[in-house]
Amino acid sequence: MALSVSAGTRRRRGPQARRQRLGLLFVLPAVLLVLGIFVLPVIVTGVMSFYDWSLLGDRTFVGLSNYERLAGDVQFWQSLGFTTLYTVIVTAALLVVGFALALAVRNRRRGVGLLRTAYVMPVVIGFATASYLTLWLLDDRIGIVPDLLRRVGLVDGNVSVFSDFSSALTVVVVLVVWKTVGLTMLLLMSGMQAISKDFYEAAQVDGARPARMFRSITLPLLRPTIGLVLILTVIGSYLAFDQFFILTQGGPDNRTIPVVYLIYRAGFIDFNLGYSAAMSIGLMVILLILTSIQLLIVRTREDS
Amino acid sequence: MTALATTPREQVRPRRRPGRPQWLPATAFYTVCGLLALLFVAPLAWLVVSSFKTGAEFAQTPPTLLPTEPSLENYQRLLDAGLGRNVLNSALVTAGTVVAATALAVLAGYGFARFRFRFQGLLFLVVLSTLMIPFQSIVPSLYVILDDLNLTNSLLGLVLVYTVFALPFGIFTMRAAFAAVPAAVEEAAIVDGAGSLSLLWRVLVPIVAPGVATVALYSFFTAWNEFLAALIFTTRQEQYTLPVVLANLQTGAGGTLNWGVLETGAVFAAVPCIAIFLILQRYYVAGLTGGAVKG
Repeated sequence: MALSVSAGTRRRRGPQARRQRLGLLFVLPAVLLVLGIFVLPVIVTGVMSFYDWSLLGDRTFVGLSNYERLAGDVQFWQSLGFTTLYTVIVTAALLVVGFALALAVRNRRRGVGLLRTAYVMPVVIGFATASYLTLWLLDDRIGIVPDLLRRVGLVDGNVSVFSDFSSALTVVVVLVVWKTVGLTMLLLMSGMQAISKDFYEAAQVDGARPARMFRSITLPLLRPTIGLVLILTVIGSYLAFDQFFILTQGGPDNRTIPVVYLIYRAGFIDFNLGYSAAMSIGLMVILLILTSIQLLIVRTREDS
Repeated sequence: MTALATTPREQVRPRRRPGRPQWLPATAFYTVCGLLALLFVAPLAWLVVSSFKTGAEFAQTPPTLLPTEPSLENYQRLLDAGLGRNVLNSALVTAGTVVAATALAVLAGYGFARFRFRFQGLLFLVVLSTLMIPFQSIVPSLYVILDDLNLTNSLLGLVLVYTVFALPFGIFTMRAAFAAVPAAVEEAAIVDGAGSLSLLWRVLVPIVAPGVATVALYSFFTAWNEFLAALIFTTRQEQYTLPVVLANLQTGAGGTLNWGVLETGAVFAAVPCIAIFLILQRYYVAGLTGGAVKG
């Protein structure tokens, strides 16, 4: 993402040419590892998608039949639809809450450092860890949340959030926002801090109110940062797995299965690695398209 | 937090500082933000505190706020259940990843920032490709490849995979860090006759130490928290990392679910990350903003 070539483009001639070749030796270990553990698997995934490839070892070339099956697989399209719904909700929630938090803590002010630390703290724990924590807080029998809800009188009887689609999705969204919004906040905050104070001072001289300054200065100048946040959030949400595997386990009625979960199930529960690979290629293509679209939007807006 | 909420209103009189919501009185600001902060921190804090309840108290209805008789029972049971092994696995995999990813990122970052060689652009593109294509979509073939190399059910296999996860960010960060070092520093050392590696190790690495810390920190979080790869690439309990063994515990492989042990496991998973973040948060934020500014 941070691709702008850094300033160190220096040319060297003559006796130092040999030294330059050393650069290859320095980058080689990392590049070889990436080739072996990443580029090769990408190619092999493509190859596997044309095979009936069992986890147990049998493999037969079947041409496009995995893809034909994928095109007609209701569960895949449902899962894709669910993942998209989840992504839209999470992205919107993260942007709104992240913006609010960033506005609150962007300026130096007594105690603001503590607040930032508090908001970012859940970011560093794992999704799996956060899910185990949620599981406990929401447990009908021993959890604090159902207990509080009952005491306040909002519900009586059982609270089983994961047996209903919308409450299960809500819980996951709240968990994800809680766990990751600190990151959104930090990114937006550093984008805001990079905006020159001159703009705001000029606007103030012209008598602009805070709301107007936010709309006419902060938002337009934050566009690159917002673009970065969007790309990170959308990709991250499309790849969700841990929280669904641990919390909803795909239920109720297989309605909360994100695509990665489906890939995992096909390959490692149903032992059908070939079909799993075809789904993987599908996911890869979708994400490349999504990223390109977002990059295009960010770029063209910058130009105009 | 309460101390912050009672800051006298007079102290934050609407100064003419641009961009600040001046209409928001300080008391309201600190109350709202403080309560929010509590919402972010309290679940984690309460998790840690509750792990010192007895097993019975942990699983009782309704839950108690604080342990009535503090006890290490949950920790003892966690060890008795053999989960110490899994905590150790996580620690080993994480240590291996941090060392490997940081070392490779320093070398490659130096190579990409300071040298011009053939195929440089292409090789950088290879590193970059790992950002464009998510790891989650190569899981089936990666399993087959690791299995062929006898690297499934192996901590080394996980170290290799996590190192590749951590490398793109690490190489970007280190490349930027090395590019920011004035060329004169390097040239003076070359004139003094320093070899390439000793130049890198003795002269440059101390200068880019903050970048190294950032890379090590991110590698740590990546390896310690990773779930999907560990779930797929290990199939025997003695090789599970901590997050995966907890999933096993949750599905009740050993009979009924023991809440106290599960959540104490979560304490083991969360506390190292939080502690390291609190100590080194400067480098954490630096890593983020470096990426954001250049994005």
